[in-house]
Amino acid sequence: MTRRQIRGTIAIPVLGALGAFLYWGLSGLPPFGNYHGFYGHMVSILSLPQRHVTNAVTATVFDYRGFDTMGEEFILFAAVTGVVLLLRKSGEDEEGPPEDTVTSDALRLFGLLALAGGVLVGLWLAAYGLVTPGGGFQGGVAIASGFVLLYLTGSYLAFARRTSESALDPLEAVGAAGYVVVGLAALIAGLPFLANLLGPGKPGTLVSGGSLGFINWAVALEVAAANTILYKEFLEQYIVPIARGRKS
Amino acid sequence: MTWLLPLPVAIPLLAAALVAAGDHVTPRIVQNAIAVLAPAAATGFSFWIMLETQHGLLIHWYGGWHPIGNLAIGIGFVGDSLGAGMAVLSCTLVTLALVYSLTYMRESSRLFDVLMLVFCGAMAGFSLTGDLFNMFVWFELMGVAAYALAGFKVEELGPLQGAVNFAITNTAGAYLILMGIGLLYARTGALNFAQIGHFLATHPSDRLVVVAFTLVLIGFLVKAAIVPFHWWLADAHAAAPAPVCVLFSGAMVELGLFAIARIYWTVFSGGLHAHQGDVRSLLVWIGVVTALVGAVMCFLQRHLKRLLAFSTIAHSGTMLVGIGLLGAKGLAGTANLILSHGFLKAGLFLAAGIVLLRLRDIDELRLHGAGRNLRWERALWFAAAIGLIGFPYVGVFVGHSLVDEEASGQGFAWVPPLLLVAEAVSAGAILRAGARVFLGWGPKRDPLLSWEPEESPPERSASVPLLLAVTTVTVAIGLVMSVIPGLQVRIENGAERFVDRSAYAARVLHAKSTPAPPHLPFAIEVAKPESWAYGIGAAVLAFAFAAAGLWYRRLPELVLGGIVRGLGPPVRALRAAHSGIIGDYLLWLTIGATVVGGAWAFSLR
Amino acid sequence: MNFLAYGVAGWICIVGLYGAIVSKNLIHLALCLTVIQSSTYVLLLSVGYRHHGTAPIYKGIRLGTNTVDPIVQSLALTDIVISVTVIALILALALDVHKKLGTADPDEVVELQG
Repeated sequence: MTRRQIRGTIAIPVLGALGAFLYWGLSGLPPFGNYHGFYGHMVSILSLPQRHVTNAVTATVFDYRGFDTMGEEFILFAAVTGVVLLLRKSGEDEEGPPEDTVTSDALRLFGLLALAGGVLVGLWLAAYGLVTPGGGFQGGVAIASGFVLLYLTGSYLAFARRTSESALDPLEAVGAAGYVVVGLAALIAGLPFLANLLGPGKPGTLVSGGSLGFINWAVALEVAAANTILYKEFLEQYIVPIARGRKS
Repeated sequence: MTWLLPLPVAIPLLAAALVAAGDHVTPRIVQNAIAVLAPAAATGFSFWIMLETQHGLLIHWYGGWHPIGNLAIGIGFVGDSLGAGMAVLSCTLVTLALVYSLTYMRESSRLFDVLMLVFCGAMAGFSLTGDLFNMFVWFELMGVAAYALAGFKVEELGPLQGAVNFAITNTAGAYLILMGIGLLYARTGALNFAQIGHFLATHPSDRLVVVAFTLVLIGFLVKAAIVPFHWWLADAHAAAPAPVCVLFSGAMVELGLFAIARIYWTVFSGGLHAHQGDVRSLLVWIGVVTALVGAVMCFLQRHLKRLLAFSTIAHSGTMLVGIGLLGAKGLAGTANLILSHGFLKAGLFLAAGIVLLRLRDIDELRLHGAGRNLRWERALWFAAAIGLIGFPYVGVFVGHSLVDEEASGQGFAWVPPLLLVAEAVSAGAILRAGARVFLGWGPKRDPLLSWEPEESPPERSASVPLLLAVTTVTVAIGLVMSVIPGLQVRIENGAERFVDRSAYAARVLHAKSTPAPPHLPFAIEVAKPESWAYGIGAAVLAFAFAAAGLWYRRLPELVLGGIVRGLGPPVRALRAAHSGIIGDYLLWLTIGATVVGGAWAFSLR
Repeated sequence: MNFLAYGVAGWICIVGLYGAIVSKNLIHLALCLTVIQSSTYVLLLSVGYRHHGTAPIYKGIRLGTNTVDPIVQSLALTDIVISVTVIALILALALDVHKKLGTADPDEVVELQG
């Protein structure tokens, strides 16, 4: 038996026991659908009157538990920094990307439209995050995936040029910094960190929620930039070896 | 003064974003200044928080969401003396490591600085938070920064393996924690420590609470590198750059232990009160096993940083014993130990970094006698090693004696001698390595020690005087931890308040003011005779083990043969278990979780 | 039906762990971690479910309507982002290992041991 097979053989009974233990604990939960926790209930009934935000999940993410989200945003920021660090070129000579331009005009036109569509959907998701399902995170991801279409229906070069690091890195960092700045601004004004500095706004509109809106847009910016950088880093790993293979 | 609490988190994180944003525009000197001043400011504010908490807990509700009735609807930071102390330690080590890195880590320094600053903010947040899920967020932020830093030298395979093993085991641990959080939220409808604790204390505890406690505990034991969850630590340390090891060994592992103490006392101590004895036995047992395993493995290493890493595991075991005894005195001992060990071990890693820089190698045997001319490095190495022994009034002495006192007081009289042996063996290994490298003592070959891959040294342009200055400061702080007037009584007082669950809950949920603490004197406590005996005994043993490590082959054939026959097989098995393979580590994690869970399923019901 | 959702969460966790233990490829291993992670989503979301509850978005429904728990949803959202980023890091490490070693078999990455 290989080492892996031995491991698998030992793992089955052990995992069986662990599973039994887990289920033993899980069976102490209230029956499915009968949850009556106070915390969620409070936030549900408070978010509209207190914060003029109709989406209680967004109110939780950006306000009641907004500090978690600041940490989460920095997790994304740190991971992107980490990926760039780990995938940095180790002194090897750089070669140009391959000729991979899409020549079908129909496809290119479709790609352009879809890019515009993706960005629009992203902005819409982010903008209406306080009102309906959505928010900065979701919007940011949609915007970033729009840019991937540049690669899919255009060329790697087109994608790489429009997503240059010198432009994206600052955008990402500004998004991350924005969150902290909103928090610190409240602190400087003598309020608790991340407290709302502006009026609560009109419920059900784009300007509801006060400083929540700023946080939402800072997150959208950070997430869009961070995801685009991630796509770019991984695409580069995929594309450059192909180019090298073709030349040799 | 509650406005202080967000600052140790906000300042380093903002600085990280600024350094990243300004990469292509601001001059290098500005970047460096931000990278050093931000953690220094965080250190200062943490210290201020620590001073303020002497008068009671400091609470900051983010977004101004104070509890309604007694329901916490927002996230609160709750500063207490020990938590603020952890933040001070973490931020100080980051500051020292970044000053050290100014000339040591030139390549891709911008990314390095950004990750170190994020790490700093995450550690401060982890120390100060009063919310379970928020703690998980800082735990993950710490992790993400740490995984990338561990794999910093991507051109070598060792760092990649270390980072992979580190990232995967810790991520698996984090998911267990999250599952435990889900269970607790389902039961209590709360995420705030005080509120969950209040609910559990006033409702009967059942299987769900036991499983939740197990899951959360295992997750943090992984981070704290407790046997059998410790495997990743040696791999990650051996390969990471020296300034990063400083944070891993000096603060991150200890934060895992801190989380166990924090969560046990604020969340579970009420609900599991009837089972305190079982919890205590288990934690003390695995703590002692960890101390012994770490010490033995430490003795078998020849790669200096890997040797120091196993020594950290040994100390982590002792610290867990202090927490696991579930008494204020033991906890105070661990707190003291975390401070002194943190700085001393940091100093040793920094010294190892200088050795790598100047001698271009990090292997004890290959460096045999090569460090004869490095007088200052030699002095620092031996000073720090002696500080870790626990000689009376030096380094870790007070921490160890408090843990030993608590153990004897709780009827665990068999524990202190075992911890004494563990610390003597691991300190002996450090002394032996120092004697070989800096003095050229002992033979050049030793089949006992594990071979490890070479490591590429840093650029020669690093400024050695600066590195030596930082290392000297670090070691000096660690050495004096047992003789700072008034520190011991303050830590003991902080620990007593730390374990008072109902006072904590009353302050957090009902904003009740706590009675003013007694006036604490600025004096150095007189050590008890048994502490003296233990300290001197440990020192004698440590030097004996060091000598044995150097010259064991001069022992008579009969004695040597007996030792080899007796200890050979178990030591070989132990070494083979440290296979470096991630699948094995995950299997161990599963086995450990199953054993702990199974034991409690029968005892804690 | 009462405990099915919780049982599913436990099952996903165990299966993911098994896959991770016997994995032959670091990328597969990273995906096994996302499997384990998804057990936490299932647990969190099923914990907060209430019979006949609607989404906690008060656009078009009256305040006080029976809704599911918004907290677990926001925790799951945080959880998703955390997971994605950690996996991105592990994938980057896997790529580096493959570049160095020509294989991503975790059992062959044994530079450090003993």
